[in-house]
Amino acid sequence: MTSSSRNPILITASRLLAPFIQLFALYVIFHGHFGPGGGFQGGAMLAASILMLRLSVGAERSELKFRKSWGTPVGALGALIFAGTGLLTLLLGGRFLEYHFLPLPDLSRAELHSAGILLIEVGVSLAVMAVLVAIYDDIMEGTGGD
Amino acid sequence: MRKISLLALVLFGALLLYASSGLPGHGDPEGPSHRERSPAGSPVAAAHYIRHAEGDAASPNIVTVVLADYRGFDTLGETIVVLTAGLVCYLILRRSP
Amino acid sequence: MYLGLETALGLLLLASALIALRLRNLLAAAVTLSVFSFISALIYLVMGAVDVAFTEAVVGAGITGVLFIVVLFHTSRRSID
Repeated sequence: MTSSSRNPILITASRLLAPFIQLFALYVIFHGHFGPGGGFQGGAMLAASILMLRLSVGAERSELKFRKSWGTPVGALGALIFAGTGLLTLLLGGRFLEYHFLPLPDLSRAELHSAGILLIEVGVSLAVMAVLVAIYDDIMEGTGGD
Repeated sequence: MRKISLLALVLFGALLLYASSGLPGHGDPEGPSHRERSPAGSPVAAAHYIRHAEGDAASPNIVTVVLADYRGFDTLGETIVVLTAGLVCYLILRRSP
Repeated sequence: MYLGLETALGLLLLASALIALRLRNLLAAAVTLSVFSFISALIYLVMGAVDVAFTEAVVGAGITGVLFIVVLFHTSRRSID
């Protein structure tokens, strides 16, 4: 927790591992149509990689990846992407979350549904990642810690 | 009092074990959730999902299609719940000095 | 189908839950709770629910473990007064 207990092996290993965890998380998010996974799992994995950096290299340097003040706004943005997709289809004449009313050209009805699922998966992953990191930051902030 | 609660616990466990003997086995194709018609005679939703999911949303993972397309409103509620948890942590833990 | 595997995992699940309850060291108890989550993820995997197993492994064994340990480091075992 304190900067005196930082271990160079820990710092190097976590900084080496973090990009691969994030790459696998993006794979889980965008491959959710074809394999296990989806927005929630991928977002939680992104949050896990950022929490690993927070724990090992410290808050001030891991803030280069994800700032403490971004937590709640990015979470709200994710929920807004999800709800905005639903409201967009509502405005374009469909029902709530009826994806084949999305304004994307040259796509069949099934492909439009696939694109809509991808949009809301991105929204869910943003919300989950930001909220999980924000809870950690709130705990550290509330106890005046690090 | 302790003996009575222990006895009640053991009896409840025995009741659960007895009830679980009546459940269908894993992946039993004749189980009630895998039939076309429920025991009451109404159509079962799972059969419709398995038959139509790939054609409706062009993605072979039925779980994703059910979560994000057929039951999209539920997933919206789940996201709102997660966001509310984050907001509550923000309001409780980050007190202004 | 995999009755032996399921029985072994169930016994491990029970054992890890009992160990997590009985341990006096709270840090070890939090780690044992992560082990519990991971074994239950394996049970979901054996039952064929891959997505649920994935969620349980990431959230149960990863995030909640981190949060428990952070809270443990920021609290003291005895009250001050």
